[in-house]
Amino acid sequence: MEATYNYKVVRQFAIMTIVWGIVGMLVGVILAAQLIWPTMTEALGPLAPYLSYGRIRPLHTNAVIFAFGGSALFATSLYVVQRTCQARVLSDGLASFVFWGWQLVILLAAVTLPMGLTSSKEYAELEWPIDILIAVVWVAYGVLFFGTVMKRKTQHIYVANWFFGAYIVTIALLHIVNSAELPVTLTKSYSAYAGVHDAMVQWWYGHNAVGFFLTTAFLGMMYYFIPKQAGRPIFSYRLSIVHFWALNFIYMWAGPHHLMYTALPDWAQSLGMVFSLMLLAPSWGGMMNGILTLSGAWHKLRTDPILKFLITAMSFYGMSTFEGPMMSVKTVNALSHYTEWTIGHVHSGALGWVAMISIGSLYHLIPRLFGREEMFSVKLINTHFWMSTIGVVLYIAALWIAGVAQGLMWRATNSDGTLTYSFAQSVNAMYPFYAIRLIGGTLFFAGMLLMAYNVWKTIAAGKAVNDARIPQAVAA
Amino acid sequence: MDAGLLSSVVTVIFFVLFVAIMVWAFYGGNKKKFEDAGNLPFQEDAEESRKPD
Repeated sequence: MEATYNYKVVRQFAIMTIVWGIVGMLVGVILAAQLIWPTMTEALGPLAPYLSYGRIRPLHTNAVIFAFGGSALFATSLYVVQRTCQARVLSDGLASFVFWGWQLVILLAAVTLPMGLTSSKEYAELEWPIDILIAVVWVAYGVLFFGTVMKRKTQHIYVANWFFGAYIVTIALLHIVNSAELPVTLTKSYSAYAGVHDAMVQWWYGHNAVGFFLTTAFLGMMYYFIPKQAGRPIFSYRLSIVHFWALNFIYMWAGPHHLMYTALPDWAQSLGMVFSLMLLAPSWGGMMNGILTLSGAWHKLRTDPILKFLITAMSFYGMSTFEGPMMSVKTVNALSHYTEWTIGHVHSGALGWVAMISIGSLYHLIPRLFGREEMFSVKLINTHFWMSTIGVVLYIAALWIAGVAQGLMWRATNSDGTLTYSFAQSVNAMYPFYAIRLIGGTLFFAGMLLMAYNVWKTIAAGKAVNDARIPQAVAA
Repeated sequence: MDAGLLSSVVTVIFFVLFVAIMVWAFYGGNKKKFEDAGNLPFQEDAEESRKPD
């Protein structure tokens, strides 16, 4: 028993990644449709309030980030830490607790958010009892992960585990500090912070949720699955060390760029902008490190759709980490903030980078977890790749144009100083772009259904692997 | 010690620390060690395939 890896927990999370991906993205598609037809869910009568935009919007963000992204991270981090440390997870019981605990968190979110129960902090909407549950499960996850690192048989801790480790520690810190709140009833609480301090704590949390949940952790995925799928070690291990530390030193201070031109002191806004601009260096260093891993083996990109997913994800990572610092420049932010451009930027990162690196990693992982050489259909992976890519491009291009148009319309003034456009006119101008966004999003969602079919057929033909042996001889 | 001085000191410490990390990462003597570490994801397969079943 001791000489095998725990694939069960990896398998559980891998399957749930696909399930929650489909659920979360379906909610996203419904939201995109609601923006075009705001009354579409009213036909549901008494059920309508539960599907109103304001309630299911946080359901969408929580589902895709914490249920889909989270499950993908649990699956891959627990797989990678075992394989590269050549050790079984610290405790099988704890692994089960983390899996079922996290599923309970997701279930509670799926019930409370449509009911309108929210602490109204973006990406931290869940009420205090769920916050406590998250903290408990997260600490258990930390013990499981670091306990496995400590019992490793290899001398060195592989860089992917550094990234996963930083993510686990930071998310614990962010979640606990930002969720400090005073409960009034079982379902209602007030933040421990007030006014601009509350805003700053919230966006310190919010931006680092992007920085450490949606970036650092998925970079851990990148540092394992790109080398594995390409069959060659990472382009520069030394660059990965600098990449890691530079991200950690800089990311923490970029949060104020979410609060440009607000009551936040001006110096804090400028600080946030400067740190955001500096982030460009480690981000692009990391992107080059991932992509250049293929140097000398570029031909593999032509034939291997899994590599296409992974490398395209790196390209989107590069694009969105260029766009982000640019948007944090105050003068650009004056145009982009509160417009659809922000939503476009987020999805360039969330669909292009986070989802695609997860999908690529899962296609690598699933056959190994079910004792198959490869997925049921490699051709379908290729189809999925093109559906996703075209979907993302339609989505972000539409929202770029929409956002810039919106920003320009809002700030346009006549020679006498009155506004050129009413707000409703700017809403009206959005229709064609919302339609293109809906098409792009639906395409991406449909790709996930295709993936589910492919995974289903792979599992049906395979058998759960529970006897993956840990190598006995250890090279120093 | 006022807050301004404290944050200056912390900034300098972080900067020196980061430079030290850079030096450590690119120090010639560590080259071999890091190359070996980069091969960790492949060690597992090599060990496994060598094992007779």
